[in-house]
Amino acid sequence: MDFTFSREHEALRRLIREFAENEVVPIAAEIDREGRVPFENLRKLADIGLLGVCFPEEYGGMGAGEVGYCILMEELGKVCTSTATNVGAHIGIGAMAIHLDGTEEQKRKYLTPLARGEKYAAFLLTESDAGSDAAAIRTRAVRDGDEWVINGTKTFNTNGSFADITTVMAVTDPTLGARGGITAFIVEADSPGYEVGRHEDKMGIRGSSTAEIVMDGLRVPHENVLGKVGEGFVTFMKSLDMGRLTLGAACLGGAQAALDWSIQWARRREQFGEPLAQKQSVQWKIADMATEVETLRSLVYRVAWMVDAGQPFTQLAAMCKLYGSEVASRAVDTALQIHGALGYSRDYPIERAFRDARIAEIFEGTNEIQRIVIASRLFREHGVRISP
Amino acid sequence: MDFSLSEEQKMFRSMFEDFSTNEIAPVAEELDHEETPPLEILEKAARQGFLGATLPEDYFGAALDFVSYSLLIEALARECMSVAVMLATHVGLVAMSILAHGTDDQKERFLPPLASGEAIGAFAMTEPDAGSDTTRLQTRALVDGDEYVIDGVKTWVANTGVHGGQMEPLFLVFAEGPEGMTALIVPAGSPGLTIGYREPTLGLRNVPFNTIYLEGCRVPADNRLGRVGEGRQIADRAEQRMAISLGAAGLGVADDSIEAAVEFATERVQFGVPIAEKQAIQNFIAESAVEVEALRYLVYHGAWQVEQGEDLSFDASVVKAFAARVARSVTDHMVQVMGGYGYMEDYPLARKYRDARALGIIGGPTELHRVRIAGSVFAGHGVEVAP
Repeated sequence: MDFTFSREHEALRRLIREFAENEVVPIAAEIDREGRVPFENLRKLADIGLLGVCFPEEYGGMGAGEVGYCILMEELGKVCTSTATNVGAHIGIGAMAIHLDGTEEQKRKYLTPLARGEKYAAFLLTESDAGSDAAAIRTRAVRDGDEWVINGTKTFNTNGSFADITTVMAVTDPTLGARGGITAFIVEADSPGYEVGRHEDKMGIRGSSTAEIVMDGLRVPHENVLGKVGEGFVTFMKSLDMGRLTLGAACLGGAQAALDWSIQWARRREQFGEPLAQKQSVQWKIADMATEVETLRSLVYRVAWMVDAGQPFTQLAAMCKLYGSEVASRAVDTALQIHGALGYSRDYPIERAFRDARIAEIFEGTNEIQRIVIASRLFREHGVRISP
Repeated sequence: MDFSLSEEQKMFRSMFEDFSTNEIAPVAEELDHEETPPLEILEKAARQGFLGATLPEDYFGAALDFVSYSLLIEALARECMSVAVMLATHVGLVAMSILAHGTDDQKERFLPPLASGEAIGAFAMTEPDAGSDTTRLQTRALVDGDEYVIDGVKTWVANTGVHGGQMEPLFLVFAEGPEGMTALIVPAGSPGLTIGYREPTLGLRNVPFNTIYLEGCRVPADNRLGRVGEGRQIADRAEQRMAISLGAAGLGVADDSIEAAVEFATERVQFGVPIAEKQAIQNFIAESAVEVEALRYLVYHGAWQVEQGEDLSFDASVVKAFAARVARSVTDHMVQVMGGYGYMEDYPLARKYRDARALGIIGGPTELHRVRIAGSVFAGHGVEVAP
């Protein structure tokens, strides 16, 4: 066993941390307040090569693997959940689907500009009546000669307002249901029939875009089918597994930041004649937070290592997302409490972190879905099949 | 024992709920978005007599008992916690303090304008270095002839910025003097009083929380509330009443959140059935219902104790600590029931979630109430309980 990071990964972390401190921190409050995507930072991330952190060098990536990608998400998650969300949707689920299931030609054509950050990606799955029940999507793709014609509306799409290349899940055979009946397509956003609809007004991650996409008679060539016809469900489940792990990494960063702020505040703030750090109520909170943060760190990097080692990890990815989101929410809630009224003020980063953290329990599969994923795998080993 | 509300209390409750549904619900989301003090709602509340809820009719109050008053706060908080907190501050912290400790002259001068909404009560205790610990106030009040001269900075003072219209803040300022903490009534416009920075908040975005500066601020000596050095007792009693009414606010926001989520869960179909048929959702709702019902009777019991004139030093903290926990956990669970829709600002849960979080902090953080509860529990055991 060896729990140390490689020298390359240590160097990568230093690079990302420096970027986060110099470029992300100064505008994090501003992009939240103004509700705008920090394109200037996405471009800088692309210039450094970080938007392709985990993809192979032959496709324009950095080749730092899943461990490298988790380091990126942890460091961004520490300082700005919105930026982590933009990056996660781009790499972790948008481009990842092409990386996992794309043909050589698709990777050259689509993954390469995404890995280089010349173009942005989004993953179009959710619909108004298909949230947790993703298999219930109604967006329809019908074969017409060498093309497919797609009709439908996708909601809550992260990066939806500005993505150039999207992976779209559509029903290709309504008689077959999720397994066999759904196909993944690579869709370019400048295709006729692709429209960006309403933008969501969210409680947090306000520096990320969540938009509706309407596809009306949109045509894609057959060569843009991602994976095999009818196997789209497998493609998106694999992408979501990766996304869940790295969301856990972003949550780790958020929880670590909450812990750091709490320690700093508790050693400085005096009430009743001594620093808050001398109060057991505060000490216990800090100790519990730190314990959870360290547990999460071990889980996240162990699973990242498993991914890079080619081991199966679906159930553990669900645990990363489930545990990570709850640890981050608890940590931020505790940090807010330790800061008292200042924690409730928008002049301090905790308030933003409190709003931002809450989404992780909901998106990329609600925590209830993660529990179903975990339970169904555990029971399957004992011959029990469970459905949601 | 009798756990029923009187016919009169039931009638009041239905009137309060109508007010909340008709006057607040239609504008609550927009108000939160604009972050403006809800002046129109407060003016309408004044016309209903709510701003003088518990004051006697002699002072143009509505002479409500404290249980009815709690039902009012609860009903307001169902639709907008900001309105509930502003009203509780005005009535419970300020007007009732003047009623309890004021001279006849002070009651004549200050209570009718508070009841009519010409003035809104603001409670100035917190300072930059005095949050939980108000034993070391920096604000000083010294006698100079027949005036008090006050110097200091107060932060997070609610109800300060309701300008325009006719609603001017009336401050109850707590200051240290040679003979201990003293309470002073400081009207808006007093020389040396400046209203400063307004805090941008996570929730309660319609409550104007401001810093106020008192720089050689002068008020007549007969604006002193109670005796010299009686400020601590006045503040304690006011904060106990506030703790019970914040409990009522927590009850309102939690109960209404369940209602919104139940409606959503009944209509939202996933996996072929309304999600209400899923055990995970039922568990969220059931656990929240348990918490809300426990809180309900704790709040009503506390309100009844106020009415009986009982010592609240233990019970007020119990109500407040439990209400903060319940409001937090119930709104959190109801956001989860609503999934992505719970996170969107055009659905009500996101606002309630942000608002409810304040209850762990305002009116004393939960940690401070635990210290008080522990102090009561260990009393007589020879154990010293200090914060």
